[in-house]
Amino acid sequence: MTLIPYIVLALLLVTSVGLLLSRDWRWSLGLLAAQYLGMFYLITLHWPFSLASVKLVTGWMASATIGVTRLGMSENEAEQEESSWPRGRLFRLFAAAIVIVLVVATTPKVETLIPGISRPVIAGALTLAGMGILLLGLTADPLRITLGLLTLLAGFEILYATVETSILLAGLLSIVNLGLALVGAYLMTAAPEEEPEEDILA
Amino acid sequence: MSAPLLWIFLPLSIGAASLLIRRERSLSMIGGVSAAMLSVLAFVIPIDEALSIGSFSFKLAGSVIILGRSLTLQPAHGSLLAILYGLAAMWFFGAQTLGLARRLVPMGLAILALLVAAIAVRPFLFASVFIEIAVLLSVPMLVAPFQKPGRGILRYVAFQTIAVPLILFAGWLLSGVETSPGDVELTAAATAILALGFAFLLAIFPLYTWIPMLTEEAHPYLVGFLLWVLPQTTALFAIGFLDRYPFLRLSADLMTLLRDAGLLMAVTAGLWAAFQRHLGRLMAYAAIAETGFLLIALGLGTSEGIQLAFMQIIPRGLGLTVWALSLSVIQARAASPRFVDVQGAARALPIASAGIALAHLSAAGLPLLAGFPIRMALLESLSRESIGLAIWLLVGLLGLMTGAVRTLAVIVLPSEKWDQRETYFQAILIGLGVLALFILGLFPQAANFLTTDLPALFQNLGQ
Repeated sequence: MTLIPYIVLALLLVTSVGLLLSRDWRWSLGLLAAQYLGMFYLITLHWPFSLASVKLVTGWMASATIGVTRLGMSENEAEQEESSWPRGRLFRLFAAAIVIVLVVATTPKVETLIPGISRPVIAGALTLAGMGILLLGLTADPLRITLGLLTLLAGFEILYATVETSILLAGLLSIVNLGLALVGAYLMTAAPEEEPEEDILA
Repeated sequence: MSAPLLWIFLPLSIGAASLLIRRERSLSMIGGVSAAMLSVLAFVIPIDEALSIGSFSFKLAGSVIILGRSLTLQPAHGSLLAILYGLAAMWFFGAQTLGLARRLVPMGLAILALLVAAIAVRPFLFASVFIEIAVLLSVPMLVAPFQKPGRGILRYVAFQTIAVPLILFAGWLLSGVETSPGDVELTAAATAILALGFAFLLAIFPLYTWIPMLTEEAHPYLVGFLLWVLPQTTALFAIGFLDRYPFLRLSADLMTLLRDAGLLMAVTAGLWAAFQRHLGRLMAYAAIAETGFLLIALGLGTSEGIQLAFMQIIPRGLGLTVWALSLSVIQARAASPRFVDVQGAARALPIASAGIALAHLSAAGLPLLAGFPIRMALLESLSRESIGLAIWLLVGLLGLMTGAVRTLAVIVLPSEKWDQRETYFQAILIGLGVLALFILGLFPQAANFLTTDLPALFQNLGQ
């Protein structure tokens, strides 16, 4: 029974590091959806199942929103590489390792700050928040920035769920998550696609 | 009937309904008239107090409960609502002359309603989430569907979103500090996280880089609206923290931090402004400096400082309205708002050029203009603490003044390329705004009837 939270923590570690390394948007959104599953489990440790499921549904809706938008875009747009940012997988892995070390170092401190919360919950929350910030710092692409912000918020929501059970706040944070996904989708599609040649000829 | 229904849900509904309207003129009228009416109602109808007209008695309740939490507007909120909706009406009327009503009115009304909700929500900590929703709503307003998003808008969304968890978490820690006030480590952690959260939210140095970027990427009128309404509400939220927690209010270190951060913003923004060659970026740096002035006023840690913070609301809003409208009028007729493209603008667009120059000079604190009395009072209060600090503030103001003089020098240069003038409606709106800047400069007490009640919003700081 006590092993499950640690398995979920491992899942969150894999998904968040995967988000950092992945260059394929399909993989990224799959990892994001899996991340929300882990987040959901950790929140159920402190919230009623029904209320915690709001987070899961919201997260999956956000993933679906981005996915549907991305599906409607041409592959060429996805290939726009960001030359000014470090792109090497090794570099990202190294940065992720630094975040993990920081999480390991900070978790006991937070444990004393918020008593009554299990270590995997704190570590999971800090891992997501840290990886989210790292993702934000390594990109200027609207899709990746949206993923970074959603990951950061997911980490925060795990931690905050342990201290605040307001339904209004849960609803507002759901609006923020969905709003972020919609804004991300809007910014991804804001630049016009070039018209296909056959349309011009027609 | 309750006050939150009238000043939050009604404008939200009007904003949503106006999405269905296509005509610019109708939209502008709907937005402008409804905001003006809400402003007048806020001034006339007392909140939570009985209003008797002959035999008819009426009371507007101050609270509404939603999902176990409340949205509460107090009697002292009346003046603030009157100012916010009154200035918003000016923005909405101005949008029609620029063909921006379809982008500004629906989203603008919704943003304003959400920011009023942020002021009204109890516990006040939840305000950060309302502000974030308003920020997300502003994105489609700033970035047109056909426009490629720049780094400014991405940074804006990222920074404002990062602030939410920081502030919510700091708020929770602060409630812990209340129960165990002797815990120095907890107090320091809570204060540091809160300061970081507000640094992101208020775009405090060095996190203000998105503002000049955004003025280059988006329409200056829309950015101007945001630069007016967002820092204003966020500052009230920040004052709420100071008012709620005595150890923050009484912390000399925090006050010094606020004052120094404000000075740093005013000085850096002033210095950058002195070297800019882009009219939009000049407006951005002036807005940053204004936020700096606000922080300096708060950092004084006195009731006089709070009064000064509130006194800035109207001149700042008015100045930005005139500036953004004038800049938009010039930009619509120039290839770009860069100095090289706006040379000689004053010869064809005298009113807009005067508007931009005077709004800029007002922000820099030129005598006879609306910004002057507040800058003077701020300098006086600061010099009582330290002459050195007052000199630094003067350096910032001098930078802004240099930017204004350079703008003036460029727009009056001889040029043959201008063939379009302002429309009558544009000239009237800018003219009225400039007149108001002069009136507030000559008679600063003219707006006192709107601002004197505002400190009462905060039980402890307002004393």
